[in-house]
Amino acid sequence: MRALIAGIGMAIVAGPLGCFVIWRRLAYFGDTLAHSGLLGVTLGFVLNIDLSFSVFVISGIIALLLLVLQKKTKLAGDSLLGLLAHSSLAIGLVIIAILTTIRFDLMGLLLGDILSVSMNDILIIWIGGGILLLVLFFIWKSLFAATISYDLAKAEKMSPEISNYIFTILLAGIIAISIKMIGVLLITGLLLIPPAMSRNFSNSPTKMVIFSIIGGTFSVILGLYCSLYLNTPSGPSIIVAAMMLFILSLFFKKGLNIVN
Amino acid sequence: MKKNIPLVKLNNSGVLREKKWLVKGISLEIYREQIVTLIGPNGSGKTTTAKIILKIIEPNEGKVELNTKKIAYVPQKINIDWAIPLRVIDFMNITSKLNVSSIMDNLKLTGVDHLLYKDLINLSGGEFQRVMIARAIAKRPELLILDEPVQGVDFNGEIKLYNLIKNISNNLKCGILLISHDIHFVMSSTDHVLCLNGHVCCSGTPQDVAKNPSYIELFGEQAASSIALYKHNHDHTHNQDGSIKT
Repeated sequence: MRALIAGIGMAIVAGPLGCFVIWRRLAYFGDTLAHSGLLGVTLGFVLNIDLSFSVFVISGIIALLLLVLQKKTKLAGDSLLGLLAHSSLAIGLVIIAILTTIRFDLMGLLLGDILSVSMNDILIIWIGGGILLLVLFFIWKSLFAATISYDLAKAEKMSPEISNYIFTILLAGIIAISIKMIGVLLITGLLLIPPAMSRNFSNSPTKMVIFSIIGGTFSVILGLYCSLYLNTPSGPSIIVAAMMLFILSLFFKKGLNIVN
Repeated sequence: MKKNIPLVKLNNSGVLREKKWLVKGISLEIYREQIVTLIGPNGSGKTTTAKIILKIIEPNEGKVELNTKKIAYVPQKINIDWAIPLRVIDFMNITSKLNVSSIMDNLKLTGVDHLLYKDLINLSGGEFQRVMIARAIAKRPELLILDEPVQGVDFNGEIKLYNLIKNISNNLKCGILLISHDIHFVMSSTDHVLCLNGHVCCSGTPQDVAKNPSYIELFGEQAASSIALYKHNHDHTHNQDGSIKT
């Protein structure tokens, strides 16, 4: 039950953010932030601070580092992302290996673990998620204009660079709050698959966001149900459910085309 | 605002990228109700100049004096990703807050009101340009910057679009900066032409520029004789589908 409340909160926040990830082609960027999340978790253990907070800080730093490196080097964007993703993941894993004194559930971190969800986590997801959505709501117009055309947004005084930075921090935020539920490896799946499904029957941005939230919520409910009864890890179960909804949406789209 | 203050003034502006000047020593002024046209070959810095004025690019030398905040921009090209479900009605509002009826009014001005609920990615080149112009004029700008607004538009559509731009200038009383690589087609209604080739080659009224030796050198004799030729009047107009209006 706790897991369900936490999961639904997560899906509601992931929907709108995920739409922007797809619209802006940031799938791999999200992946990089998620991988760095593992480093965040281990540092949280070492420094004995709240894990969501340390993940948020580390992902945020990696995101800003990426923006700086993009300007400094001539390495292609995807190579740079891979470099940061795997370096931070590797550092995280090395630190875990060194820390033999602390009992560590590595599988839980990588794949998510519903049993570890505490009352505290639910509060973090709903309050943190609420803040993320509120901020997204305020920068929505500017961020959307910047997504369509940076130049246009800049020329017509929509401050696209500020909203781009803020959006990056929001991504770090969603990763921080959902890392326990769904795990480092599969967070991007939750961000990407529901909006990808939603695109198949949306003709406006608002509809796509709403259907992503609905799709994400269904995936969480279905996934957690399976996880509970089949004793499978929560992260993969949620993503498999999301993928099945996506496949269904393809048939739905085909049906729509035939009707038209 | 007084009429004798320029909406925008560039003073000896230049942009340096990778140790190369994209443009250098650009000075220009645009006033209300004036149409200024930038012409020049590909890579001559027309779009760069527009971006300096729009403050998208910070010039490395010289300065920009912008005396209005009501600016609208029609960029050369916008690629809409398939992943973004965007209808014309959504696109019209990306930087403004208009109700449906005022969106319709502006789409009517450019003759594309029937496309209101169409997906942007399914529009033809000409339709897309008209939607972009409608979006820009819906902002009721004081300064309107159009980067190659007639690209992808057929010959008759071009004439109509140029007439439309002239009407916009008359009705909105705004200053217009028009970028065109189509030297054969600089409007008779252009007040001032700047011919660019990394720097301002020559400038003046269309007639003056056409006679200028450096213009002739850049574009050839034929171009010079055809500039500002567009002065003929049509005895009929066409509907969207090409039939003659009665």
